[in-house]
Amino acid sequence: MTGTITKDGSEIPLLEAEKLTKIFGTLKACDGIDLKIGAGEIHALLGENGAGKSTLVKMLFGALQPTSGDIAWKGERFTVTSPAMGRSLGIGMVFQHFSLFDALTAAENIALSLDEKSPLDTIAARAREIGQTYGLPVDPDALVGDLSVGERQRIEIIRCLLQNPDLIILDEPTSVLTPQEADLLFVTLERLRSEGKSILYISHRLEEVRRLCDRATVLRHGKVVGQCDPRTQTAASLARMMVGNDIHVIERLPAEWTDRIPLIEVNGLSQRPRGPFSVALHDISLSITGGEILGIAGVAGNGQGELFEAISGEVLQERPQVVRIRGTDAGRIGISARRTLGAAFVPEERLGHGAVPDMSLTNNLLLSRHSTDRKMFLTGGVLKLVSESSLASAAKRIVVQMDVRKSAENPDASALSGGNLQKFLIGRELDRNPSVIVVNQPTWGVDAGAAALIRQALVDLARSGSAVIVISQDLDELFEISDRIAAMVHGRLSESVPIEAMTMERVGLMMGGADATAGAA
Amino acid sequence: MTMFEAILLTVATAATPLLIAALGELVVERSGVLNLGVEGMMVMGAVTGFAVAQYTGSAWLGMFAAILAGAAFSLLFGFLTLTLITNQVATGLALTLLGLGASAMIGESFVGLPGVRMDSLYIQGLTDIPYVGKVLFGQDPIFYISILLTIGVAWFLFRTRAGLTLRAVGDNHTSAHALGVPVVRIRYLAVIFGGACAGLAGAQLSLVYVPQWVENMTSGRGWIALALVVFASWRPWRILAGAYLFGAVTIGQLHAQALGIGVPSQFMSSLPYLATIIVLVLISRNKRLTLMNTPTSLGKPFVPDR
Amino acid sequence: MMRIEIVKRPQHSVLFSALSPFIALFLTLIAGAILFSVLGKNPISALYSYFIEPLTEVWSIHELLVKAAPLILIAVGLSVCFLSNNWNIGAEGQFIAGGIAGSILPVVFPDFQGWYVLPIMLLLGMAGGMAYATIPAFLKVRFNTNEILTSLMLVYVAQLFLDWLVRGPWRNPQGYNFPETVQFSDSAILPAIWPDSGRAHWGFALAIIAAVVVWFMLSRTLNGFEIKVLGRSSRAGRFAGFSAGRLTFFAFLVSGALAGLAGIAEVSGAVGQLRTSISPGYGFTAIIVAFLGRLNPLGIIAAGLVLALSYLGGEAAQISLGISEKSARIFQGIILFFVLASDSLIYYRIRIVSRLSETALKGA
Repeated sequence: MTGTITKDGSEIPLLEAEKLTKIFGTLKACDGIDLKIGAGEIHALLGENGAGKSTLVKMLFGALQPTSGDIAWKGERFTVTSPAMGRSLGIGMVFQHFSLFDALTAAENIALSLDEKSPLDTIAARAREIGQTYGLPVDPDALVGDLSVGERQRIEIIRCLLQNPDLIILDEPTSVLTPQEADLLFVTLERLRSEGKSILYISHRLEEVRRLCDRATVLRHGKVVGQCDPRTQTAASLARMMVGNDIHVIERLPAEWTDRIPLIEVNGLSQRPRGPFSVALHDISLSITGGEILGIAGVAGNGQGELFEAISGEVLQERPQVVRIRGTDAGRIGISARRTLGAAFVPEERLGHGAVPDMSLTNNLLLSRHSTDRKMFLTGGVLKLVSESSLASAAKRIVVQMDVRKSAENPDASALSGGNLQKFLIGRELDRNPSVIVVNQPTWGVDAGAAALIRQALVDLARSGSAVIVISQDLDELFEISDRIAAMVHGRLSESVPIEAMTMERVGLMMGGADATAGAA
Repeated sequence: MTMFEAILLTVATAATPLLIAALGELVVERSGVLNLGVEGMMVMGAVTGFAVAQYTGSAWLGMFAAILAGAAFSLLFGFLTLTLITNQVATGLALTLLGLGASAMIGESFVGLPGVRMDSLYIQGLTDIPYVGKVLFGQDPIFYISILLTIGVAWFLFRTRAGLTLRAVGDNHTSAHALGVPVVRIRYLAVIFGGACAGLAGAQLSLVYVPQWVENMTSGRGWIALALVVFASWRPWRILAGAYLFGAVTIGQLHAQALGIGVPSQFMSSLPYLATIIVLVLISRNKRLTLMNTPTSLGKPFVPDR
Repeated sequence: MMRIEIVKRPQHSVLFSALSPFIALFLTLIAGAILFSVLGKNPISALYSYFIEPLTEVWSIHELLVKAAPLILIAVGLSVCFLSNNWNIGAEGQFIAGGIAGSILPVVFPDFQGWYVLPIMLLLGMAGGMAYATIPAFLKVRFNTNEILTSLMLVYVAQLFLDWLVRGPWRNPQGYNFPETVQFSDSAILPAIWPDSGRAHWGFALAIIAAVVVWFMLSRTLNGFEIKVLGRSSRAGRFAGFSAGRLTFFAFLVSGALAGLAGIAEVSGAVGQLRTSISPGYGFTAIIVAFLGRLNPLGIIAAGLVLALSYLGGEAAQISLGISEKSARIFQGIILFFVLASDSLIYYRIRIVSRLSETALKGA
């Protein structure tokens, strides 16, 4: 069924949402949102983490049902009750956290989202064809679990294009790409626009929005706070609209090193893959002195998690000298002993790795501190009784220090927002003044205020004489706080490059596996 | 009938309930649900099958009733784990405990009664083929159902769109939900299918294998079926192989007992259980391989966002 | 058309953590009343003779303690296992192993007598249970083998081994060929606590001590913290520096020891000899006890008494109502279902939504 289109056609937007509202429990994730997307435009949807972007597009796509409000498609009102209905209307979606199946092949993954029941061979052939047309090469017979993040995204996009949609929704598509890969994606998107398709482009990367998009709608706290032509705006003015006030600029005093003794060293770390879809590490070496922040860039799934676990001691090495912490060989000792040497670790996954979701904050404080702060938190000698009172006072200290907002005195970790929990988990480690800290994705899924606070805290720690390793996929973040940047690709770590000599282009080449020096040339 | 044929026949009879129950559980686990209640559903099938055959005089009606009983009983598990999102391991155990208890009470008046045996099919002529004739063409109907079921499950899982969807749900229920696949409905159907299979397997015990009712007559077969699914790395044809391996062990030890080889019968009787442990150890030793084959969502709770 | 909607609570509900066992018991009573009505009995009087009558006589309360002792001992051990995500469901086998190991002295060396016999028996019983529990623990840690299946298979093996022992080498030569060992001598009998009024033996006291000790460990010590962390998230546990493999051994050893102790206490305190069957499924019923007690050892004491009552009620109902005592096992199974269902109220809000009006009728 097609909508009624007036003679000139341009009057009626492709999609129009009116007063869309979605309430989860007591939280208004979307609050009366109006949105218009015209034919053949790339429309940006801007907003911080938690602003309601994902909820909004899930309602447009039919994955969530609005609490109230209307959606009109080509001028006609629809209740999009399921993703299948969204697809049949002509709305395609490329998810941020891909909705792919690791144990299935690319062709099977594609088949699952098509409503028609063609044989797999036909689907594979069409996927190849579409891939060629739009510059998205894929192997339909490959197991998705074995593919890189970039390849997975291609499958998502092809899957979407095969349904021949009029509107394609892309959720943070470049967050998993190198700058060069992102450029290729933009070419594909511009081509789609020239064919008259519309794109709803969700991002928090303002430079690319300015470059690519025709219009932008800005969300904050579930409400539309502005609509503009991003090409007439500056990145700073867009950021101000998103956040509602000026962004805190990280203060970074120049590094002063008195003695250049490395506090953390990795020497020739190699490791075989530990699970079906995990990455092998090859001959990784690094060395960081006090006062210094090393940023490790890289596309997800290139061995960052494996490197983190090797340095933290969650996975032991074969030889003790492979990891050295403050001059002590630590390759054969576990995470508690490495902490006792003065190291601290903050993993990427907050719930289920850095914290136990259904345990209280004080219990989660004990989680990483029971060995280093034995005297403070444990009493009763060999009985090792847990001292709730000293845990509570330490937790209170961290909450104040890091400005952690919480709804109860001692809530479960899962009851905190992403940003507040991350502030607590970083604060948990900073509270004991570690000489070495390794942080994986410090501000992933964290709101701008919390992110600024966390980055400043890491910089301050380094300037007070500690060695800091930040693993991140957010290049802007790395440029903001690092003294040196290296990149991980296929389980290898590149040479590090001082921040003064580093450019976006060069780090992109490093992330793509090109030699660092070649990139500079 | 030669000794060889007799042994082959009994091996098939011992393997069939394991095969059917394990195939059912395979489909359940491929959809991402771990139902440890196989033993309970099976024993409910056995007692229902016996009772209905007893009252109606028809083994076939008994068999259909057993299938329905297994399916109905599995719904209890489905409601708790899929709708109320209870722990699957604990709920499966609960199903087994309830099944063993309920069947003991229902079956109390049947103990010692002669049962109704399901007749074997004899295809004239073909059963005379030496060695394999009687095994291939002179078996009970449930044997043939079990073979068809193996073919059917293999075809369904790997050759049909619905099977692909079911495997996708077991691999990643969040992704499946995002694509609009009705995760919970598919899992309900899988669980019911598993229950129906377990019920049928139970009916085979009380209508074919030993046509009478004995309390706890499944004696761990439901659990062995669960082990078979792991042993077979979630593949239907390997389940067939595994079930016949266990059938052979069971029958082998019975024959050895009959021959009186001087080893106490209790030790021989414990062989199938020890064999299960050994087989599990051998298969799970390769951690990477096991991880690769295990449906990724297996046993994990799924709460759809709305 | 009605539909049940489940929404995860951001914070687990303290209210329902406390209420859920009572909701479950209440629902079980209702289900029981329906069951009795279907069987053509007056539900009120049936429930009375099931759950109240056994409590009205002193000897019968003694019997309650006799049955509760093994249930509590085993369930306390299982709570350590289940909390740490180790699914030991072979406690029945460890119970038998403990009963056998503890009986070595009185059966093989009946002339060996003295005050020290009983302590040695109890220690041997614990050792037997531990040794038997080590098998699934070792296989899980070393070979990654599923402990649910191995521990359960070992139950059948233990039952067959006991059967062989009692019919074969350990059979009482003067026992008219009955499959029983000799009667234990007085120094090998776990004495009654109040011998004048009934047969409740010191096994019950051991159960209470075990529950209190384990409760203290779980709720106050780092070791207990470790158990709870690894049980909820093995990855976070590894991040905390805890070893899942070590804990698996610990949990199986504790539960094996307590199941073994329960075994020898039952044999020595309640039976007085080994028979082909020494347990009416205590090892499995204890799983229900552990969950009804919400895996808290103090709660398990109460839950153990409740489940022990169901055994007595079954016997009483058979005598006074002519209902099979096997009805007790149905009750036990139903309780576990209701416990699990009520527990989901702790983590989830449950709404019953009618599709027509889409209004929430009940927001728990």
